[in-house]
Amino acid sequence: MAKYLSKLSKSTRSNLYTVTAILAAYIIFTVLIATGNMSNLLQGLLIQIFYYAILAISLNLTVGILGELSLGHAGFMCIGAFTSAFFSKCTVDIITITWIRFTIALIIGAISAAIFGAFIGFVVLRLRGDYLAIVTLAFGEIIKNVINVLYIGIDQSGFKFSVKDSVSLNLGEGGQAIMNGPQGIFGTPNDTNLTICVFLLILFYIIISNLVNSRSGRAIMAIRDNRIAAESIGINITKFKLLAFTISAAMAGVAGTLFSHNITILDSKKFGYNQSIMILVFVVLGGIGNIRGSIIAAAILTLLPEYLRFLENYRMLIYAVVLIIIMIINWNPTCIAWRKKYSIRNLLSAINKKKEA
Amino acid sequence: MSFISYLIKGISLGSVYAIIALGYTMVYGIAKMLNFAHGDVIMVGGYILFTVMTSLGQSPILAVLASIVFCTLLGITIERIAYKPLRKASSLAVLITAIGVSYLLQNLALIIYGTETKFVTSVIPIPTIKLAGGNLAIPGQTLVTIPVCIVIMVSLTVFIRKSKTGRGMIAVSEDKGAAVLMGVNINKTIAITFAIGSALAAVASVLMFSSYPSLTPTSGAMPGIKAFVAAVFGGIGSIPGAMIGGILLGIIEILGRAYISSQLADAIVFLILILVLLIKPAGILGRKMNEKV
Repeated sequence: MAKYLSKLSKSTRSNLYTVTAILAAYIIFTVLIATGNMSNLLQGLLIQIFYYAILAISLNLTVGILGELSLGHAGFMCIGAFTSAFFSKCTVDIITITWIRFTIALIIGAISAAIFGAFIGFVVLRLRGDYLAIVTLAFGEIIKNVINVLYIGIDQSGFKFSVKDSVSLNLGEGGQAIMNGPQGIFGTPNDTNLTICVFLLILFYIIISNLVNSRSGRAIMAIRDNRIAAESIGINITKFKLLAFTISAAMAGVAGTLFSHNITILDSKKFGYNQSIMILVFVVLGGIGNIRGSIIAAAILTLLPEYLRFLENYRMLIYAVVLIIIMIINWNPTCIAWRKKYSIRNLLSAINKKKEA
Repeated sequence: MSFISYLIKGISLGSVYAIIALGYTMVYGIAKMLNFAHGDVIMVGGYILFTVMTSLGQSPILAVLASIVFCTLLGITIERIAYKPLRKASSLAVLITAIGVSYLLQNLALIIYGTETKFVTSVIPIPTIKLAGGNLAIPGQTLVTIPVCIVIMVSLTVFIRKSKTGRGMIAVSEDKGAAVLMGVNINKTIAITFAIGSALAAVASVLMFSSYPSLTPTSGAMPGIKAFVAAVFGGIGSIPGAMIGGILLGIIEILGRAYISSQLADAIVFLILILVLLIKPAGILGRKMNEKV
């Protein structure tokens, strides 16, 4: 086994370890749930951890690999969540086999978010740095605001739209308002389960880590490191930026689908700027460009506020303080030097040297 | 007539955005960081006003002074504790720290004052003026807000152009290394920038809560984002740009709310921002930097 492992390339081996770790976690969780050793609270959180992990790795593709700060990631999640929930709500009586319906919903969520991602990418990718950040923020807020006033209903004559209220939909006999403006979509079938979340996380992890090591991924990273140099060796900047941006949006759409099929009331307020920022916090804390780190950070930061619940009102205060302290420990030059000096590796080698002497 | 009164209302709101945006743009120009906690300093200013006037029953002038002094000290403290250790770190790390500070301020306010909405008594005791036979109403706050905004803008420009500290700020914003060699104390300059920015945020909070009195721990967040948009709109790093951006933003928001849809007003603001940036990628007054290899 060890011999076989050492034959693999370094990146494949590292991917294998991560996938094994996720699978092991999944098996442990399933066993714990089956034997009744896991609280309901934690069970609910598990699915959350997985779709936040998907969001984090997809944003890491934009922020870490492509090197563009995006503050509107929740917007793509919002698109995926609403289109897929809309689909499931319409077809819940037509397609009765859950897994077929949910698979189609996932694909719809991914494609619709990808279309928006490609469109927004096409518009914003000529901007750079903080300007790009503010425009992604703006797009995220626009998506949220527009969905907030959108009413869609269905009756015999087909779909009806309105931006005023549900009465002006003029629904006929037996008609049903599916999207209710600020109230959003109510009662989306609860199709999300742990298995599909784990499967998708592993799938996306493999896609992203393979992309990074592929020709396209190298091109994307070349653009991040030096745009002008990359252009001068014939890399098509727009194409690769758009590629990364679209893939990232599609994955966010899938995460949105998982999200919308896990809660009862889906309204657009859940996809504000704060949500985008929270995903960004996962990415930065996990390490910019480090896919595995994003997953770990998403898990820890989803659990942390819940485990701090006994602190009541002080919970988010502690969270904020922890966030600031982690950032300073991680990035302050003095702290970095201190960490290097007292790292386990250094201490071990010092002990070894003593023994040799 | 209603158009003109909307326009005046828009300029008034825009002036508040402009004052906040000035703080954003100065900090960005000099420290090269997006201070996402800036909006929450406004909220803190509002709570100080509320405490001094309503809880302690002191005079409005004292409340305004207390608010400005407290916010200035707060700005310096935040910079010293949270941002200074990260001066050489990547801008994303500083951004996340700023978000952490923002959460911290919001939750401190939540613990001290609770979630329920507080109402700030207006500091500006001028009644609404009616012109053109009562058709055109100008709120008293507007009469104060716009001149205050102009005074701040002019004095800030004079300060930066003429004073030694101000020139030091320009030097630091253009080239930190060269500024150090010329004997500019970078730490002091950045601290002063934060102090001025936070004092401006306090002034903005006085003006804003006089017109829109409801106050919750998150009431600084949206004005903060809008001001950030205004700063980018006008060209981030440029002082007249922040002014123009802020006022345009205020006018667009109020007119959009009045004539198109009150729920879509924010979306319209952001849409116009995108259009402006597509035509002028560095904002209205922003300078385009040429990259060199």
